[in-house]
Amino acid sequence: MKIIIIKYNAGNIRSVNNALLRLGYEAEITADPTQIQQADKVIFPGVGEASTTMAYLRETGLDKVIVNLKQPVLGICLGMQLMCSHSEEGHVDCLNIFDEKVRKFQLPEGNMENTKIPHMGWNQITDVKTPLFDASLEGEYVYFVHSYYVALGEDTAATTNYILPYSSALQKDNFYATQFHPEKSGSVGERILANFLRL
Amino acid sequence: MLAKRIIPCLDIKNGQTVKGVKFVEIKEVGDPVELGALYAEQGADELVFLDITASHEGRKTFVDLVKRIARNINIPFTVGGGISELSDADALLNAGADKISVNSSAVRNPHLINELAQNFGSQFVVAAIDAKHEQGDDWVVTVNGGRIPTDKRLFSWARECEDRGAGEILFTSMDHDGVKQGFANNALAKLSDNLNIPIIASGGAGKMEHFKDVFTIGKADAGLAASIFHFKEIGIPDLKAYLNNEQIPIRI
Repeated sequence: MKIIIIKYNAGNIRSVNNALLRLGYEAEITADPTQIQQADKVIFPGVGEASTTMAYLRETGLDKVIVNLKQPVLGICLGMQLMCSHSEEGHVDCLNIFDEKVRKFQLPEGNMENTKIPHMGWNQITDVKTPLFDASLEGEYVYFVHSYYVALGEDTAATTNYILPYSSALQKDNFYATQFHPEKSGSVGERILANFLRL
Repeated sequence: MLAKRIIPCLDIKNGQTVKGVKFVEIKEVGDPVELGALYAEQGADELVFLDITASHEGRKTFVDLVKRIARNINIPFTVGGGISELSDADALLNAGADKISVNSSAVRNPHLINELAQNFGSQFVVAAIDAKHEQGDDWVVTVNGGRIPTDKRLFSWARECEDRGAGEILFTSMDHDGVKQGFANNALAKLSDNLNIPIIASGGAGKMEHFKDVFTIGKADAGLAASIFHFKEIGIPDLKAYLNNEQIPIRI
């Protein structure tokens, strides 16, 4: 199986590769369109800022490569947000794979419970759907770090509650995405990555 | 619900884990990667690795160690110690660190926090603050492992760190560290009320109840400890079962 991790100007690419190595898979990290198109599985990771990253994807033509992929694609964190239609982070139009807007978390009025932004740490995934999440993953904890979120919608594949219930995973056709970091979510995250590699 | 985090801290000297009492009398306690992996398996939510080696050679050893940690450990980890410029942070990011912590270097050059946040994002930057209680609400920020007092005060400096772009505050009370009589809960609660970023409490854990108190009275987002875990005084699975039983939101 040929696994490609898309290389672009974002952090945490190595973390995803390390997680795959722990699962016994060798992945290639590349920005080469042909290699990406020929892969069996494509992972689109990301830690960074939406508008600068989108600008980079447009410049390099990676934007068109990604939206036209037919094999299973997994977007992670910023990767997921960039697969939506628009992000409030830098007010930028994104890849529009998922017809959802990315919004900034707003602190609740009064903030009596000392809610913090970013949403950082371990939180639960519920109402899990799609083959990415087998039923045993319902209610499991995964690791999040983000200040922007995607509302619940028709592509929601998992729900997490922080300030409000929102989409912690999305799925549409061959495109899968998680707001959390499976590569940093212990054995639960490894089960999710293994499920993706089995698709 | 977002879980409160339990974070074992590993001090590293020349590639080995050590733990001092009040930052002196350093004792070796084992291989950091092995110990970190064990903690991850036992349910630690994150790990912190602090390099207390001063030498240039030690630095290189530490970057290599960070690579090994990143390859072998499947939970987030922060590394700190000796980060005084962007290139230090860049080397650790490339080695696979999820976050870096800055302490004395940020006190000396506060703009470092802005630079780190702009280049790597706030989620990558933990501002570590060591402070010593004076009287009332007055806490003096110290540097060099608590040895040197500065003109900065805990609450205003913590606010400044947030304003400059730090993503988290790791507050160690030098009065509580190593004493095992509980965390500095009043100061922690005030930090949590004043700031909008997560607070990691450090210094003072001796019993399981201390963690319950730090999450309720101290309003902390995470509790960090070293010796009680290294010396097996408290097991992470037992601690998490206890906290769960006490209605603290925790990842089991």
